[in-house]
Amino acid sequence: MIRFKKVSKVYARGARPALDQVSLEVERGEFVFLVGASGSGKSTFLRLVLREERPTSGSVFVAGRDLAQVSTWKVPHLRRQIGCVFQDFRLLPTKTVFENVAIAMQVIGKPRHQVMTTVPETLEMVGLAGKEKRLPHELSGGEQQRVAIARAFVNRPAIVLADEPTGNLDPTTSVGIMRLLDRINRTGTTIVMATHDDEIVDQMRKRVVELVDGQMVRDQDRGVYGAAR
Amino acid sequence: MRVRFVLSQIGNGLRRNLAMAVSVVLVTFISLAFVGAAILLQTQISNMKDDWYDKVEVSIFLCPASSSVPNCAGGEATEEQVEDLQAVLTSDALSDYVDEVYVESKEQAYEAYLEQFGDQDWAQSITAEQMQMSLRVSLVDPEMYQVVADEVTGRPGVEYVVDQRSILEPLFLILNRATLLAAGLAALMTVTAIMLITTTIRLSAMSRRRETSIMRLVGASNLFIQLPFMLEGALAALLGALLAAGGLWLGVRYIIEDWLASSVRWVNFVSTSDVLLIAPILIGIGIVLAAISSLVSLSRYTKV
Repeated sequence: MIRFKKVSKVYARGARPALDQVSLEVERGEFVFLVGASGSGKSTFLRLVLREERPTSGSVFVAGRDLAQVSTWKVPHLRRQIGCVFQDFRLLPTKTVFENVAIAMQVIGKPRHQVMTTVPETLEMVGLAGKEKRLPHELSGGEQQRVAIARAFVNRPAIVLADEPTGNLDPTTSVGIMRLLDRINRTGTTIVMATHDDEIVDQMRKRVVELVDGQMVRDQDRGVYGAAR
Repeated sequence: MRVRFVLSQIGNGLRRNLAMAVSVVLVTFISLAFVGAAILLQTQISNMKDDWYDKVEVSIFLCPASSSVPNCAGGEATEEQVEDLQAVLTSDALSDYVDEVYVESKEQAYEAYLEQFGDQDWAQSITAEQMQMSLRVSLVDPEMYQVVADEVTGRPGVEYVVDQRSILEPLFLILNRATLLAAGLAALMTVTAIMLITTTIRLSAMSRRRETSIMRLVGASNLFIQLPFMLEGALAALLGALLAAGGLWLGVRYIIEDWLASSVRWVNFVSTSDVLLIAPILIGIGIVLAAISSLVSLSRYTKV
């Protein structure tokens, strides 16, 4: 689903590369934790998948396509296959829960009746049934993240990228969010989650990829956060 | 769904940036009003040329009994000289230029004179004998005056040649200068309008950065993201153009049609129908303005 071939990314000339010769393959339906300290290249990895950045060298394949061959105006189509969840939720503060999720369908031109049925379905799935008319600030952090996950998943993308989705949440709430992501994963959606929450990684026992200073130092099935090298 | 969504985006944008939107409308209004004024002035000039150039004639004044002009040393122009001149003017060489030639005798000149000044006391002391005989030439193309003038000047019996058009020239000069002034101001205001619309769109885009970044994230196309901003600019410019057309219409209606046209009857003034003719031009310019500004300001937001 996602394939990195000797990918390097250098932001400023002469600086240490953010990613250094990373090769990695993520299969369809996999759940991968991307772990490492801040600045280790986790976010750069995700940005490359989204084609917000282009690699300095090497190639990135997403859903079978070489991103170097995807023309700029087709990038939106690529992104429709990818859902994104962030640490800071990124909800629109003036729009209701329903509107925040619906926007993902509206901007790609889904017909109204489909929006009216799919959005409540998805909200129910993430456990927010009955809260459609709330505004984001009326919700708890965990609930806001559920809205963001609903938005990421409402178009049934092939891939969900999560950039420290539990970074702003307490441990109990985080467990709930992880259960939700796990459920989404079970529908066949590939999930790549960047995190430094060791407890969660240790509990989930999924594939773990560790980055240190832009280099991939570990790729372990059913791994833990701080495994011995 | 999409149309509704775009419309609501535009509504939000305009409401949030109301002051800027109003200033865009006003600046476009003023700049296009100047553009329109320049076009109307030119229309006026060509109206007047059409009207008057048909009526103006070249007058060839013939030598009177006493004249200080050397060409008239031989005294009053003779019948023979007059016939010669008529022959020259109707010859093949000048037939392309000359439409009609007739002789204004002293008596006819006197009648015209009396008609114009007859009610003045001082006019009574002038007699028909003191008037000057002349040949009146109407031209096919009034601009070709010089050809005719060159041909007859200096021939026996000709005192001097007057082109009536030269009397009108100063008026046209003033109108042309006014056009230049209006066009200059229009250009200046247009630049201002473009910069203001650019800034407004940019501000609007900045204030909605969060929204657009999320839309981009969920796969909205560039056009879809930019369209509301472009339409906002276009809408404001369109309003400005409509205001400009309306303003010019009112100006022509009340200043020219009601006031000037009733006090100065000998000029065929521009009318409100001329304004209606240039209104589409103004609207077109307004939309082009907005389009250019959108391109300039949104090009930096097209990065995906």
